Amino acid sequence: MDRLWTIMRKEFEHIRRDPRTMALIVVLPALLLVLLGYGISGESSDISLVVADLSRSSASRELIQRFTAGRDFRFSYEVQSEDELLRLMDQDHGKAGILIPADFGRKLSTGESTAIQLYVNGSADPTLVQTTELKLSAIAQMAAQEVLVERVTLGGMSGGLSLPFETYVRMLYNPESDSKRYMIPGLIPIILQVQALMLTALAIVKEREHGTMEQLIVTPIKSWELMGGKILPYLLVSLVNTLILLVMGDLMFGVDITGSFWELFGLSAVFIVGSLGMGVLISNISQSQMQALYLTVFVVIIPAIILSGLMFPRDNMPAFSYWFSELMPVTHYLEITRGIMLKGVNARSLWPSIWPLVVLSVGYFVASVLAFRKRI
Amino acid sequence: MSTTRLAVEVDKLSRRFGDFAAVQEVSFYIPEGEIFGLLGPNGAGKTTTIRMLCGLMKPSGGRATVLGMDVMRQAEGIKKRIGYMSQAFSLYDDLTVVGNLAFYAAVYSVPRRERQARLEELVQVTNLTGLEHRLVRHLSGAMRQRLALACALVHRPDMIFLDEPTAGVDPLARRAFWDLIYSMAGQGVSVLATTHYMDEAEYCNTVGMMYAGRMVAVASPAALRARLPGVLYQLDVRPIERAQEVLEGSPGVLDTSIHGALLHVVLAEAAVEGELQPRLEAAGLEVGRIESTEPSLEDVFISLVEDRERHPAASSILAPPVED
Repeated sequence: MDRLWTIMRKEFEHIRRDPRTMALIVVLPALLLVLLGYGISGESSDISLVVADLSRSSASRELIQRFTAGRDFRFSYEVQSEDELLRLMDQDHGKAGILIPADFGRKLSTGESTAIQLYVNGSADPTLVQTTELKLSAIAQMAAQEVLVERVTLGGMSGGLSLPFETYVRMLYNPESDSKRYMIPGLIPIILQVQALMLTALAIVKEREHGTMEQLIVTPIKSWELMGGKILPYLLVSLVNTLILLVMGDLMFGVDITGSFWELFGLSAVFIVGSLGMGVLISNISQSQMQALYLTVFVVIIPAIILSGLMFPRDNMPAFSYWFSELMPVTHYLEITRGIMLKGVNARSLWPSIWPLVVLSVGYFVASVLAFRKRI
Repeated sequence: MSTTRLAVEVDKLSRRFGDFAAVQEVSFYIPEGEIFGLLGPNGAGKTTTIRMLCGLMKPSGGRATVLGMDVMRQAEGIKKRIGYMSQAFSLYDDLTVVGNLAFYAAVYSVPRRERQARLEELVQVTNLTGLEHRLVRHLSGAMRQRLALACALVHRPDMIFLDEPTAGVDPLARRAFWDLIYSMAGQGVSVLATTHYMDEAEYCNTVGMMYAGRMVAVASPAALRARLPGVLYQLDVRPIERAQEVLEGSPGVLDTSIHGALLHVVLAEAAVEGELQPRLEAAGLEVGRIESTEPSLEDVFISLVEDRERHPAASSILAPPVED
């Protein structure tokens, strides 16, 4: 018993003598709960809706009103053509879309049959996709029935009992709602992120702990040479990983790359440089391997899984979690992998995700060089 | 003095870690091509001093130049022209002997076509022939030390800093190592080495003794010994602790200290020697032999430290560097 107590006291003493590690141990898990707890919301309200109202009639406006009146949909964009609507979906600005044809108002008033087109962005989380589809068609059906009821009350049964307009739902990108097609392009970024951090987070702090860093910083070596030398070999390793993951996605899960392979591969390289830079940055600011591991897991990996958009839509996140996720290269890379693999869109439409990825990757690499102190 | 160029010039160099003054106003200089030994127990401030000179740590006060360059402003320039062997063994133990050498040759930008010849030369000089392709983790302590020296010499530095180069190495290997350092100095390389083995200081042109962050004496080993006041005798007497109590403070005895099985006694003059045996026997002690001996640097060090502790305010009698 006495020995058990002695060992316990010694362990507590270690923790107490190392206040920085203690702070990480105590503060990080709590911080993570705040960050993630508010960040995750399974609710699918405020689904962004892109509207192409070509009819511009009172009937079409009334119909749109039915979609946006509740909390289910949020009127996000108004466009003038189906092309524009599809482009916004490509860029992931809308999770749902509605197209009302130009003759909608006229045909409805003359009792001719007409139709509206509904779109569901299939590149989102499968549950959200399903909910979106259900809500879209339910609201459209209800609207059509109400028009019918109105008509019957006013003019009797003369017009027949067929619905005044048809609704067609078109599932974009992932027509079979295959969850693999959605998950694989999301998992690849997370796996590469974990890999990159594991390769580099200990790189500098390990040499400091072993004493080899002291021998190295007394040489004329420059910070950028040292950081570059630590990062580039792992860039090569990670690119091989990327290839293997893409090939496996295709062969084992049937998830092929709809868009350009080379665009995807080039942007993967940018992402990997940023992730490796992040790892080296963590290694530079950590005083021990333990601190480096803590920062890696709690500040990068867990948020990457929860906040990047892999599992939960980012639209509903509170500002704090949202901006935190904007600072993670993986968030933007994930948009890119889904865009290229699932939707087959080109780099031009992905620009809103590409430039933050480039800025962040360069930023983390430069920060890793600047954070390195050629002193003991 | 004005004709000799200085490899190192240190003026009131200090370093604080919070409240703790690790190095306090240390001053000394090293003429080019000389071996300077920084001597003192662990915690005396030797490593901190050496780290400041190599540009690994910023001084909190004072100034220092190495090879004419300022340690505060020209640290990167200094790094190109010095070699450094740190206290903790710090080579890559998952690389081979030549693997480590080739790595440092490249880091120090040794021209590619000279590298092979330089590596072979170093392997030979440091007596690592036959071990070129052995992993460092399979080398003995003495071999690692020689390899670390070879790595520090790979770019033909004008000056080398060795922090406890022989710690944990057997006496024979220590001697071989110092012979190597001696031959380096013979080729014009200036050397600053720290050690806590007093006998190693005998290899140095000049010795700086550090204690509790301060330089307590700087002089050649011979000059340091000559400055010890009085004459030194060693006594074989039992029990030794009791003998020290009897003699400490008795007339004509300046100082006593225990060195292994022998008691060292510093007498004001040789005439007092005859009184030692009667005094000890009167106290009921068994006296073996009493003989005169050359003071070792350890005796000098102990005397300096005791002196300092008796008069903490006064600066040491031996503090000013000797001009010789």
